[in-house]
Amino acid sequence: MDKTYNNKAWLLVLPVFVLVALSAIIPIMTVVNYSVQDTFGNNEFFWAGTEWFQDVLNSERFWNSLSRNLLFSFIILCIEIPLGIGIALCMPKKGPWVPVCLVLMALPLLIPWNVVGTIWQIFGRADIGLLGHTLDAIGVDYNYTSNIFDAWVTIIVMDVWHWTSLVVLLCYAGLASIPDAYYQAARIDGASKWSVFRFIQLPKLRGVLIIAFLLRFMDSFMIYTEPFVLTGGGPGNSTTFMSIDLVKQAIGQFDLGPAAAMSLIYQLIIILICYVFFTVMSHTGADKPEQGAAE
Amino acid sequence: MADTMLTPSTPKDASGNKIDITKVRTESSIKKQRSLKWLVPTIYIILLMLPIYWLTNMSFKTNQEILSSFTLWPANPTLANYRVIFSDPSWYSGYINSIIYVVLNTIISISVALPAAYAFSRYRFLGDKHMFFWLLSNRMAPAAVFVLPFFQLYSAFGLIDTHIAVALAHCLFNVPLAVWILEGFMSGVPKEIDETAYIDGYSFPKFFIKIFTPLIASGIGVAAFFCFMFSWVELLIARTLTTTDAKPIAAIMTRTVGASGVDWGVLAAAGVLTIIPGALVIYFVRNYIAKGFALGRV
Repeated sequence: MDKTYNNKAWLLVLPVFVLVALSAIIPIMTVVNYSVQDTFGNNEFFWAGTEWFQDVLNSERFWNSLSRNLLFSFIILCIEIPLGIGIALCMPKKGPWVPVCLVLMALPLLIPWNVVGTIWQIFGRADIGLLGHTLDAIGVDYNYTSNIFDAWVTIIVMDVWHWTSLVVLLCYAGLASIPDAYYQAARIDGASKWSVFRFIQLPKLRGVLIIAFLLRFMDSFMIYTEPFVLTGGGPGNSTTFMSIDLVKQAIGQFDLGPAAAMSLIYQLIIILICYVFFTVMSHTGADKPEQGAAE
Repeated sequence: MADTMLTPSTPKDASGNKIDITKVRTESSIKKQRSLKWLVPTIYIILLMLPIYWLTNMSFKTNQEILSSFTLWPANPTLANYRVIFSDPSWYSGYINSIIYVVLNTIISISVALPAAYAFSRYRFLGDKHMFFWLLSNRMAPAAVFVLPFFQLYSAFGLIDTHIAVALAHCLFNVPLAVWILEGFMSGVPKEIDETAYIDGYSFPKFFIKIFTPLIASGIGVAAFFCFMFSWVELLIARTLTTTDAKPIAAIMTRTVGASGVDWGVLAAAGVLTIIPGALVIYFVRNYIAKGFALGRV
């Protein structure tokens, strides 16, 4: 769509700008403020320069929680994206069951995040939980509060349970937008199921898959509540992800300087990825009208 | 793209008869597969429902039964756990608090996002792309970064423990989201409609409310759904900004850990009750969800 150039449009954007500026720029400036200053209490602050940033970047704690977080995001992406595509491909295209499926699948997405943690906390307990009890009964030694491996498996299964539906719904919507003519053409050609998937469905899903991929990356990179409720970052520090570590430092220990420096580095990583996401997104957006015209 | 799929394996002048045969063959094989295909979403949904079922199951049991025996369904279903929640104001006020700030947040987000989304979908202006990117980058901001500054900011204004504080704080990620979703829907409305309305003598506010808003009603529905959802599930910010009067239910749930251990039955009942509003909302917008996702705007 060709848009007219009109700077008066700023007036329409102004309320959003003011509101988001209030809740984004002022807090970020507070963080920047803390990150370059030191305090000995009594609201007296001293200029500290880049000291906190050097501290954070040299601390093992930061790199550990960052690498744990990256590993976690990597694992859940490897599981959730293919699983989501697979389930979306198997969904019925129309009929009375479609809304039922959609509502049931979307249900985990609307559960408050700490309740998700509580559900799995209960579910995994050997004494009162179905999963823990069953595993115990068949002789698997499973305890997510003391065993690092079990804690990780539980958190990953919980995240897959919680978020795979998002990928399914996105892919399902993407598949639903493929015109029937494509399938008819493939049928006339006698295309195999695999080539239908590889040459029709996958290219058409590219847009939604990029979104699913990045949304899942962002959200898993910011995960806080669910593992906090389930394991509290333990056993030891084995499930202390970036956000948990940050909150521990900022509110638990009140180390404002290092916490602020870490916040800014954390935010920077996400903004960088966000920028890549935005460029890729606008490129796929540019492809779409051409494809539509070719149909 | 369609041409590349027309592989040379097709007979040059395929007679109608031949195509018919392949059609019949593939259709019957599709039918066969469909009966198996049903299993995958079914198994997936069953696995999704198991933990939720377990929570529901526990909520109808007494603590005695939960701890002493392992039963797949309540032997003596009891509503006692729910009665505890509905008879104690400190419990049920949590639900009211949550709903108040979620609704406030949804109204604020949608009403400021509507004009902005219109501007982004219809006009180019100084710094529009940067503005849009900056807005979206807020959707990606980790809540953990904002907890402490938010607390200080709202303390300075004396807004701690009010519903409006949480509603405003949640705007950080919901307003960009609403702008993004609405912009997608608005771009689907042809520009000629605006122009015709202006020629007919409509002023901008009148046109926007009388003609434009009804056209994107489903978009507003989808945007409201996502605002509701993300405000409802968020806890870290909501918990930090409230102490007693506006405390969300999700935070009150931690109260069940008492001196005598965890009151599992009440905890489960409270959990089940937090799922219900989400389930209701999703039921009402079920026909729009697929469309909202199809735009790829989440």
